[in-house]
Amino acid sequence: MQIAVASGKGGTGKTIISTSLALCAPGPVQYLDCDVEEPNGHIFLKPDLTSRERCTVIVPQILEEKCTYCGKCRDICRFNAITLFAKTIMTFPEMCHSCLGCFQVCSEGAIVRSEREIGVLEAGMAGNISFVHGRMRVGEAMGVPLLKAVKKKADQEALVIIDAPPGTSCPFVEAISDADYVILVTEPTPFGLHDLKLAVEVLVNFSKSCGVIINRADLGDARVEQWCQQQKIPVLLKIPFDRKVAEGYARGQTLVKIRPDLRPFLQALIQKVSA
Amino acid sequence: MKEIVILSGKGGTGKTSLVGSLACLAENKILVDCDVDAADLHLLLDPQARSQNEFRSGVKAKVVSDRCSGCGVCVDLCQFEAISLSHVAQINSLRCEGCGVCAHFCPEQAIILEENYCGNWFISDTKYGPLVHAQLFAGEENSGKLVSFIKRQARELAEETGADLILIDGAPGIGCPVIASLASVDMVLAVTEPSQSGWHDLERVLDLAAHFRLQSFVCINKWDLYPEMAQTIEASCAQRGVEVLGRIPFDPIVVACQIQGIPVVCNEQSPAAAAIRQIWQDLRTR
Ligand code: SF4
Ligand code: SF4
Repeated sequence: MQIAVASGKGGTGKTIISTSLALCAPGPVQYLDCDVEEPNGHIFLKPDLTSRERCTVIVPQILEEKCTYCGKCRDICRFNAITLFAKTIMTFPEMCHSCLGCFQVCSEGAIVRSEREIGVLEAGMAGNISFVHGRMRVGEAMGVPLLKAVKKKADQEALVIIDAPPGTSCPFVEAISDADYVILVTEPTPFGLHDLKLAVEVLVNFSKSCGVIINRADLGDARVEQWCQQQKIPVLLKIPFDRKVAEGYARGQTLVKIRPDLRPFLQALIQKVSA
Repeated sequence: MKEIVILSGKGGTGKTSLVGSLACLAENKILVDCDVDAADLHLLLDPQARSQNEFRSGVKAKVVSDRCSGCGVCVDLCQFEAISLSHVAQINSLRCEGCGVCAHFCPEQAIILEENYCGNWFISDTKYGPLVHAQLFAGEENSGKLVSFIKRQARELAEETGADLILIDGAPGIGCPVIASLASVDMVLAVTEPSQSGWHDLERVLDLAAHFRLQSFVCINKWDLYPEMAQTIEASCAQRGVEVLGRIPFDPIVVACQIQGIPVVCNEQSPAAAAIRQIWQDLRTR
């Protein structure tokens, strides 16, 4: 079972909720932080990170002594990762999408595999939660290969909580693609509603079941809830604004530590969405 | 002409509310919303679209079914697991990165590459000046190309109208779109909030700005929710030689203004608005 926690808009409280869901889960549970650009789950769960792998992608390296400057590799590359002027050939690894097209077309054996590091994958235990996150290298532009690597660690036997990246573009879609249920965390503001609508549109396209948690439920208006009602999307939980939560969050405390009274609600929520 | 980008790394720090307010305070400028994935600035600025245009970038592979013999060559070549075979090849266009390798090697020439229509971009008029913005379609790759494109449009517009400032609402995160929103700007204003996550993400954004040798300033929103952390962040900025331009207090009027769809500086009573005015006073003279 995979539950993805997503938000459309950033900063709605997705991570404080997903980490506490992991803490409330019965039985074996895994937390995958798929927000590889800004992974923050570790701040709350404080895992003991015992393994660390470099995550790399394949890029071409050209052996000039074998290269005949025929230009076939440059021509097949649709990402401008190879340039050729007269007898100077250059690769731009940061532009490369690792499609391997250039490797396939080179008939001189002049292209060999090299790699580009896109980030690191770290894993360990946080109490009885198995924790995995990817940390993108600063200056790296493509997060999706790292996100895929994090998702590959999903444990089939456990309840997997996925902390999805914000937005609705490719990384979001990739993060939720295998989820059985998606929890959208939003806030009752026009920003929250606008981004919620975009996220729901995608989920409907993928026929995903989803429900909404409204965070800081009293700092705004009723439009989010009304819209959910109209669309027949269940509002799973409403959490009012609480200075204590904001402060505890700021200190890296988990929601269930700051508000132990929410634990039964989160437990019931997991049960409901796993059914 | 000067270009200022407002960034936050982490979402929800109040970046868009701040940009909306700066839009209201700054004179003779062009506004750009580089958050093409979840654009929100328009909700505060009530833009009237002057022009809507299609944005096309890259290609997607498509199978011409009656030419396909079902040999499966493409399935093995595609590095993105975008092709499956059921009698004929089927392409999952969300997974397709448009590398064209399948089309190149298909012995039946059964795969064609079509230009990818991946979003819309707009030039709009707002009460506070022209706004260039865009919306990428769901599931598209946010490669930064659309961001670079709308920034170029904004620059052209600024030259036409003789604007002396381009104010950019940057994209969240630290990947392609942010890198594209940073390109060729004169300064970065990073908005953060006093929390572990806010600090963590601020550090990554400042690293990124430093990586591109850009001058950065910081402001701390909702600082009074955790004053000790605000202090820690200020100390760490000082250590890096990054100046903290201001602190904005937590202020429920900010949300009230969002709901009315107006920038918070339009409110005379708001303490947050007062702080933002001060920050702008400082920033404009840099
Ligand atoms: S692997 Fe693909 S994207 Fe990378 S350089 Fe070769 S052809 Fe270009
Ligand atoms: S164009 Fe590239 S990514 Fe798309 S289906 Fe063909 S081989 Fe796969």
